[in-house]
Amino acid sequence: MSIKLEHVNYIYSPGTAYEKKALSDICLEIPHGEFVGIIGHTGSGKSTLTQHLNGLIRATSGTVFYNGENIYAEGYDMRKLRSQVGLVFQYPEHQLFEVDVLTDVCFGPKNQGLTPEECEKRATEALRLVGLKEKYWKSSPFELSGGQKRRAAIAGVLAMRPGVLVLDEPTAGLDPKGRDEILDQIAYLHRQSDMTVILVSHSMEDIAKYADRIIVMNKGRILYNDTPKQVFSHYQELEKIGLAAPQVTYIMHDIREAGFDVGVTATTVEEAADEIMEAVKKRRGSV
Amino acid sequence: MKHNMIQTEKLIFEYEKRDEEGNVIGTSRAIDEVDLGIEEGQFIAILGHNGSGKSTLAKHMNAILVPTGGTMWVDGRNTKDPQELWNVRQSAGMVFQNPDNQIIGTVVEEDVGFGPENLGVPTDEIWKRVEDSLKSVGMIEYRHHSPNKLSGGQKQRVAIAGVIAMEPKCIVLDEPTAMLDPDGRKEVLRTVRELRHRKHVTVILITHYMEEVIYADRIFVMDHGHIVMQGTPREIFSQVDTLKSYRLDVPQVTMLADELRKRGLAIPAGILKKEELVEALCRLN
Amino acid sequence: MIRDITIGQYYPAQSILHRLDPRVKLVGTLLYLISLFLFNSIPGYLVATIFLVSIIRMSKVPFSYIMKGMKPIIMLLMITVLFNLFLTRGGETLFHAWIFTITEEGLRTAVFMAIRLIYLIAGSSLMTFTTTPNALTDGIESLLHPLNKIHVPVHEVAMMMSIALRFIPILLEETDKIMKAQIARGADLESGNIIQRVKSMIPILVPLFVSAFRRANDLAMAMEARCYRGGEGRTKMKPLRYKSRDRMAYIVMAVYVVAVVVIGRYVPFHIWIF
Repeated sequence: MSIKLEHVNYIYSPGTAYEKKALSDICLEIPHGEFVGIIGHTGSGKSTLTQHLNGLIRATSGTVFYNGENIYAEGYDMRKLRSQVGLVFQYPEHQLFEVDVLTDVCFGPKNQGLTPEECEKRATEALRLVGLKEKYWKSSPFELSGGQKRRAAIAGVLAMRPGVLVLDEPTAGLDPKGRDEILDQIAYLHRQSDMTVILVSHSMEDIAKYADRIIVMNKGRILYNDTPKQVFSHYQELEKIGLAAPQVTYIMHDIREAGFDVGVTATTVEEAADEIMEAVKKRRGSV
Repeated sequence: MKHNMIQTEKLIFEYEKRDEEGNVIGTSRAIDEVDLGIEEGQFIAILGHNGSGKSTLAKHMNAILVPTGGTMWVDGRNTKDPQELWNVRQSAGMVFQNPDNQIIGTVVEEDVGFGPENLGVPTDEIWKRVEDSLKSVGMIEYRHHSPNKLSGGQKQRVAIAGVIAMEPKCIVLDEPTAMLDPDGRKEVLRTVRELRHRKHVTVILITHYMEEVIYADRIFVMDHGHIVMQGTPREIFSQVDTLKSYRLDVPQVTMLADELRKRGLAIPAGILKKEELVEALCRLN
Repeated sequence: MIRDITIGQYYPAQSILHRLDPRVKLVGTLLYLISLFLFNSIPGYLVATIFLVSIIRMSKVPFSYIMKGMKPIIMLLMITVLFNLFLTRGGETLFHAWIFTITEEGLRTAVFMAIRLIYLIAGSSLMTFTTTPNALTDGIESLLHPLNKIHVPVHEVAMMMSIALRFIPILLEETDKIMKAQIARGADLESGNIIQRVKSMIPILVPLFVSAFRRANDLAMAMEARCYRGGEGRTKMKPLRYKSRDRMAYIVMAVYVVAVVVIGRYVPFHIWIF
């Protein structure tokens, strides 16, 4: 269930005064089972990129392959692709519409043409996966709290049993605990199933914590496509385009400048703490 | 005693819970006997997770909600007094979370003029205020723009200008950054900090982003309708585990310092900036 | 695609037309619209065309932008033209096949009707392009002010219009997002018979309404927080005061109406040929 983009270009409203190149020459391969983070400014093209992955936006030029098949080929089943590459939009709770949560989550499977029993089976499975308690399944989605609505909406996509899950800022507007819960749940999902996860986020800290690989977008182009450590080592370049490495990266650089023998590649608090403890021990040993 | 900008006494706010037919089946307390005093000219932050009651409290400061029990005074005026309603709203201006849903005008300057128009300010004075407010949030060059074409951070700055133009004594910002990207967040906070120095207004910032409150004079933490912690940022951030139990977070540097202390290093509690951590580490030997 | 609709939108530019008092533009547009039905001859159309073209030039709104606004009414236009073309009888028969007959009169009415409709839309959209919605509602409020005496809530209606205009683009964008989100969940919005299609709109309409109500609620709160309490005791940032250019514009309008009526009705066609 790999995704491959070859020289994808996308131009908004071509031929009008509003013409804007949103993506230029995107080449990208996402192998099956990876956890990829996409980061970039508002307007860097990251949302446009994700909408190419399930065919919602058609590239102006270039090709998108899913499992080796060209999705723009004649007769390619776009609806099947959309159930295979599940896309969770920003503020996904704004798409809820049914009388109760369970029926809403069934909407995706129903569109896949499954039997009502199968729909419900998949829906309950998805609701369990996102950790929404059973007592809420029969309530109206509009009565849930913000975090619960978000879970229900993500379940709505998971119920289609996609091979790839794309999440566009799934934690926007949630409080810190809510944010951690959703992200932990996604990480858990990724470990449990062999799903590919593509996480679009503004938060370097979150991406550093979860992603195997980070794609940095800037002005419609891929600036970096590498492991978190490698990407954050370019922290000065990231700053030039208005992004930043996680705060710990800066702390480690400062500590090193203050004369401690620490590595500067730590991207999470735990890694940083390990490094510092090590350096402090060495220093004490040598004195 | 110094005159308090905001004062509450056993403030209670109860929602009615209804069943499917719309019958009242009980009440739920969003705010439960809160006593709070905010001095004039301070920068106050109110923290809490979603549903902790912090937004409900904020809406009382502008008399959008009135207490179901207890009392709230804004600049010495009881918010329950209908005669004082407009004075309360004029003295405590409010900025909301969603940048789109609080801009009324279709042109930036007309939106900023909306408040003064409602107050019956003479035309020439409105123009002066609009210009002055837009300058103080750094949006004067956008005065003829349509709000729809602005970024989230810019929209919030326009909303702030709209409140300043009413010349309030106190500005209440109810999660003004929750829907913004990191750039927008920084932009809005910078504006708020600058404003405070320039206009000497009391600022009350409601948020769940911890990085935003390290410059506050005083922090209140809310949970389940109660104020559960209060103090300076340093006092609050020195209690990492307590904060976590209230579903809150601390900046990474505070978390790292806390982690190191747990692992046995002699680092003081309540580290807020990375320079402080480096200094503490250097002092270790 | 849904965002391409330009009708009713403001086009920011610095032109004499943008600076005119909205009341002048409202009255002017009304007069212009009426004037289109006061003549029925080629000289009349010529005057109307010259007037429209010079106004468009003065407005500094690009011609292509106005044409773009026409797109949504093309269907309406076609239907009108076809009806007039085939149903109006009179004069020589130009074409006949089976039940379809095109007569000279039919062709004439169809062409004129099409031109009238286009001019009508172009003229009224030019007003919205050059007038901010706020100014527009101020103008309406001021012109309809006498109705206050018979208890018509003029200010409230004007405020409602202004808010509606501000939220149209936001809701259009929102519709776009919701549609995409539902398509991503496998919704099929394109195929099926009319009942199925209407049903398939539910997943879009319900969230849209919920969102519209939420926004309305938020906005009402924000307005109250900024001390909005109806029209009473309110001052204006941009009060309407006629300036000399507005008086000039009224005179120009009057001259135009007289000219179009006189020329369109009483000047014989052949004078114009020679």
